[in-house]
Amino acid sequence: MSEVHDYASSLSDTSSRKFETFSYLPPMTPEQIRKQIEYLVSKGWNPAVEHTEPENATSNFWYMWKLPLFGETDVDVILAEVEACHKAPPENHLRLIGYDNYAQSQGANMVLYRGKTV
Amino acid sequence: MAKTYDAGVKDYRENYWTPDYTPKDTDILACFKITPQAGLPREEVAAAVAAESSTGTWTTVWTDLLTDLDHYKGRAYRIEDVPGDDTCYYAFIAYPIDLFEEGSVVNVMTSLVGNVFGFKALRALRLEDVRFPIAYVMTCNGPPQGIQVERDILNKYGRPLLGCTIKPKLGLSAKNYGRACYEGLRGGLDFTKDDENVNSQPFMRWRARFDFVMEAIHKAEAETGERKGHYLNVTAPTSDEMMKRAEYAKEIGAPIIMHDYITGGWSANTQLAQWCQDNGLLLHIHRAMHAVLDRNPHHGIHFRVLTKLLRLSGGDHLHSGTVVGKLEGDREATLGWIDTMRDSYIKEDRSRGLFFDQDWGAMPGVLPVASGGIHVWHMPALVNIFGDDSVLQFGGGTLGHPWGNAAGAAANRVAVEACVQARNEGRELEKEGKDILTAAAKHSPELGAAMETWKEIKFEFDTVDKLDVAHK
Repeated sequence: MSEVHDYASSLSDTSSRKFETFSYLPPMTPEQIRKQIEYLVSKGWNPAVEHTEPENATSNFWYMWKLPLFGETDVDVILAEVEACHKAPPENHLRLIGYDNYAQSQGANMVLYRGKTV
Repeated sequence: MAKTYDAGVKDYRENYWTPDYTPKDTDILACFKITPQAGLPREEVAAAVAAESSTGTWTTVWTDLLTDLDHYKGRAYRIEDVPGDDTCYYAFIAYPIDLFEEGSVVNVMTSLVGNVFGFKALRALRLEDVRFPIAYVMTCNGPPQGIQVERDILNKYGRPLLGCTIKPKLGLSAKNYGRACYEGLRGGLDFTKDDENVNSQPFMRWRARFDFVMEAIHKAEAETGERKGHYLNVTAPTSDEMMKRAEYAKEIGAPIIMHDYITGGWSANTQLAQWCQDNGLLLHIHRAMHAVLDRNPHHGIHFRVLTKLLRLSGGDHLHSGTVVGKLEGDREATLGWIDTMRDSYIKEDRSRGLFFDQDWGAMPGVLPVASGGIHVWHMPALVNIFGDDSVLQFGGGTLGHPWGNAAGAAANRVAVEACVQARNEGRELEKEGKDILTAAAKHSPELGAAMETWKEIKFEFDTVDKLDVAHK
């Protein structure tokens, strides 16, 4: 551990861009994604899917996919909406949100698909 | 029938000891721990504390009869033993809300912990807890933004926020300081922080610091695509000067500023908090000097009271202790006051040192900040103790990384995300912490190096200010 490593990150290298919670970890496996959705559902949060063109990622308001899935607790149904949103269009970033209506906040917010970062 | 004037000294308990009194929902209630001089009856001392912290003085005065003292007086209404300590006892006192100016923690403090603390009949006195009635809470401005708004402003959800206090705490030039901030932010921190005693010294005047730090924020945001902040400390010798610095922070687009609420003072803090609310800035609060007031188990003001006063005066972050780091903090007691910061209703719970129910109504919450002697190995415990609504702040635990601040920041960021992910998967963080971190380090050489560096550092001293529990 004696050798000092460089921290590779720069404005010009678009792979330096991050996506908030879980973006410093390796991309989640389908099994890991399923577990995060199970957690979101177990907390009583409302799942919602959003997407955006990568060049507009810093906006607060990504495009809502349909409406939040109020009261949906079936992980497969939630995953199916994630996949449907991802197909149209696949080059967009996609995030899954868990709306906590009691805290009036988002209990969970994770980017599941990344387009080409800018 | 009207009362008649009878000059002279009367026992306090004649007027101020009222064991049959049922506190009103609008009363401010206080629990004092009294260590009396020898030979004085408990009721008399408790009544004296009630009198001296409200309407009374040592002798009867004729002007007492021009008002209705029964309406205005504080009342000692209950006395309890302190578990495990025969030298002292708890006295509960109810104060009518009319005694206090609305929205003024300054005024509440001046009564409750004013002259009475120097009262000769007492060897020591400690304000253990205060119940602020919702009627009084609603007169205070409270946190400028609150937890929910902060998350929305910063786009950070589902995890604790990460910070780092820049070290050495004094002596860096503004540009070198900005460099240290930039490195931490680009590595994955949400915030960097001025230390409490960084104000505007000759080696680094505030304005140069603000300018260089803002450039660090902007560049790190562009580089990472994430939102960043730095707590610009606007604590100053006068409140005019404080406001000048705050205005400049706003002018250059800083998202968050900082104040030392105890050394800076309640009045300045309340002013700054209201200004932050009006101007859309977040306010980080440091508690320098708190241990002078709150560490002695027999004398002073308990930190849970200082916590409530800050929530009323206003602040979005407040240092809470870490439980696991280098600074004092009992686990159950800490859990009691971090809930007092964040929740809207907190139940009386003596096992966590909470003497009263506390209703905050719609007042926003304050994020507890865990800071002081913590590093990646503490992360599983910190995530477990503090949960998502907290700021975990690693100073030495970021800057002391063998490869520098960016790597130190990345190590902490990977560690916190790995812990949150594992917790959400149903794993027990404090049991499986080592496995969770070790697995995460396989994908993060920065985390691996951090784990190697801090393996052996521990702070295992017993807490001085413990909860009062029977131990005989």
